[in-house]
Amino acid sequence: MNITNLFKIAFKAIGANKMRSFLTMLGIIIGVSSVIIMLALGTGSKATIMQEIEDLDPGTFTIMPGPDYEEVEGNWLPEYSQTLTKADYESILEKSKYLKAVCPMVYTSGQFINGKNNHSGTLQGVNKEFLVINGLSITQGSMFTDAEVKGSAKVCILGKTVVDKLFPNNADPIGTVIRINNIPINVVGVLKSKGRTAFGQDQDDIVLMPYTTVMKRMVSQDYFDMIYAAATTKEMTSLAADDVTEILRTNHKLKEGDLQDFRIMSLEEATSRVDSVMNILTLLLSCIAGISLLVGGIGIMNIMYVSVTERTREIGLRMSVGARTVDIMSQFLIEAILISVTGGLIGVLIGGGISYLARYIMLNFTEVHILIAVEPWTVLLSFAICTVTGIFFGWYPAKKAANLDPIDALRYE
Amino acid sequence: MAQKPVIELDGIRRDFVVGEETVHALRGVSFTIHEGEFVTIMGTSGSGKSTLLNILGCLDTPTSGEYRLDGTPVRTMSKTQRAVLRNRKIGFVFQSYNLLAKTTAVENVELPLMYNSAVGARERRERAVTALQRVGLGDRLNHKSNQMSGGQMQRVAIARALVNDPAVILADEATGNLDTRTSFEILVLFQQLHAEGRTIIFVTHNPEIAQYSTRTITLSDGKLREDRLNDNILDAATKLASLPVEEE
Repeated sequence: MNITNLFKIAFKAIGANKMRSFLTMLGIIIGVSSVIIMLALGTGSKATIMQEIEDLDPGTFTIMPGPDYEEVEGNWLPEYSQTLTKADYESILEKSKYLKAVCPMVYTSGQFINGKNNHSGTLQGVNKEFLVINGLSITQGSMFTDAEVKGSAKVCILGKTVVDKLFPNNADPIGTVIRINNIPINVVGVLKSKGRTAFGQDQDDIVLMPYTTVMKRMVSQDYFDMIYAAATTKEMTSLAADDVTEILRTNHKLKEGDLQDFRIMSLEEATSRVDSVMNILTLLLSCIAGISLLVGGIGIMNIMYVSVTERTREIGLRMSVGARTVDIMSQFLIEAILISVTGGLIGVLIGGGISYLARYIMLNFTEVHILIAVEPWTVLLSFAICTVTGIFFGWYPAKKAANLDPIDALRYE
Repeated sequence: MAQKPVIELDGIRRDFVVGEETVHALRGVSFTIHEGEFVTIMGTSGSGKSTLLNILGCLDTPTSGEYRLDGTPVRTMSKTQRAVLRNRKIGFVFQSYNLLAKTTAVENVELPLMYNSAVGARERRERAVTALQRVGLGDRLNHKSNQMSGGQMQRVAIARALVNDPAVILADEATGNLDTRTSFEILVLFQQLHAEGRTIIFVTHNPEIAQYSTRTITLSDGKLREDRLNDNILDAATKLASLPVEEE
């Protein structure tokens, strides 16, 4: 018997039991649409995060105190957090050949008070290069100067959210003295609003002060929590990172084989980390969705099994008119595959539809902007899984049908 | 008879093991059926006629003895080889018709040819239509099996048995589910097919039917009890004409 005839027979059998076939498909439909949605959500989230990372100055990298976590196997000593000093910062400024901006940073929690209004958040001690490195700009007033940094001036720059909290009646914040951790500080500028990140994090909830002021008056520490650096061009990033590594190793008097007590994290590295984390997350989500596909597959097996029993006489008749074992086997396998692939097709449509609907709703009605996207490979993967599901779960019932004895099958009541 | 033998049985035995006992369903049956014969195989329940029918239809193989169908020895064939043999050489007609549900007459008749890759779609359709016309259902090609009467369904089944141009038609109580009048209509059809040269084996427990065939083989306790040629073959058409016409 040729394959076209087998398909004809299978189509007829499915058509003869439309309701039952549909219910069988339902499991697959739900399974495939959830896999598609999960993959779309996963790849969408990844794309969104990547997009945000790329929005930063592409040549940016961060110098962090202390060695790699992996190298010290989690045995983190307190002094590891204190390895980046003012001397390091000055050496980098002086010796580095490939950087256009360097910004040390210390941060601490802050309580911001203006009269009766107060707000708490993170206080970041930086220099004026912070704006360049993070792609920020001033909309009111001006950024504090190098001189103010040098003189540990009591000045600050506020983000829009902080302004809204502390100045509820639209009063002009410039020139106002607010209290930060009980120290009177003069507001000299307001940052241009950046809105929220894809995941709803408020980028305007920010207060900047000269790092010198924070170090002297707020936290009394003589080391930095990190140092930001931006390469002259994006292409020079790794060159610049190597250069900085050399400078710091010399400063720290590290010899070959010594534990390096600082880390350089480039955007590239961050990107690849995000990438692998998101891939794991996507895989996890898809596995959960895959379970529903498995349940759907078992549904197919159940129905095919019942179908074989119900059609025992038909199978007997087919055998008596010359159907071979392989013909009966193929017929039921093809039926199972057709059901699962058709279910898969519907599932792809539904899953894709829901994904794009969710994307539309997010972009237009919420502040969470995940670029959900159904990628072609996820569709292909779903189809492949459906076919395999059909074969896998159709196999046992088909085998049962093919092994029936024609004499018994013909007499089956 | 100078015709070539279609069915040759030589010392056919068939044993079934049921639990610890061995049941001898057939205990050495031998006969030959030639082309163009219309044979009735009779026997009471338990006489072994169903077992014999299964063996003749290549659905079962004998424990010992030799069976040649159209010259081909069957006993040593594999399951698949027998399936192909059934497809090419045998036409089955069952008591309960065994048509596919929700399927049209012509599709039912096409079924055996679906399993014969040598026959293309167009030829398959043509042969199915011809077979249905032959059994008088040329006007009901696209009626579904559940839209037909018992007699019509049995005609579809006969057309299905004819469509592969078999060496032998095996009918198993083919009139068992039909009323008297319809039974005779079917018998008339069988006699016509016989007149056209078809070889027919009709298995039944009804002695009346034997009168319309050319030869009667009677089984009893798994053995051949009687094998005789009918010298007085009745004409089913005459009998049908004499039956009272049912009120519609």
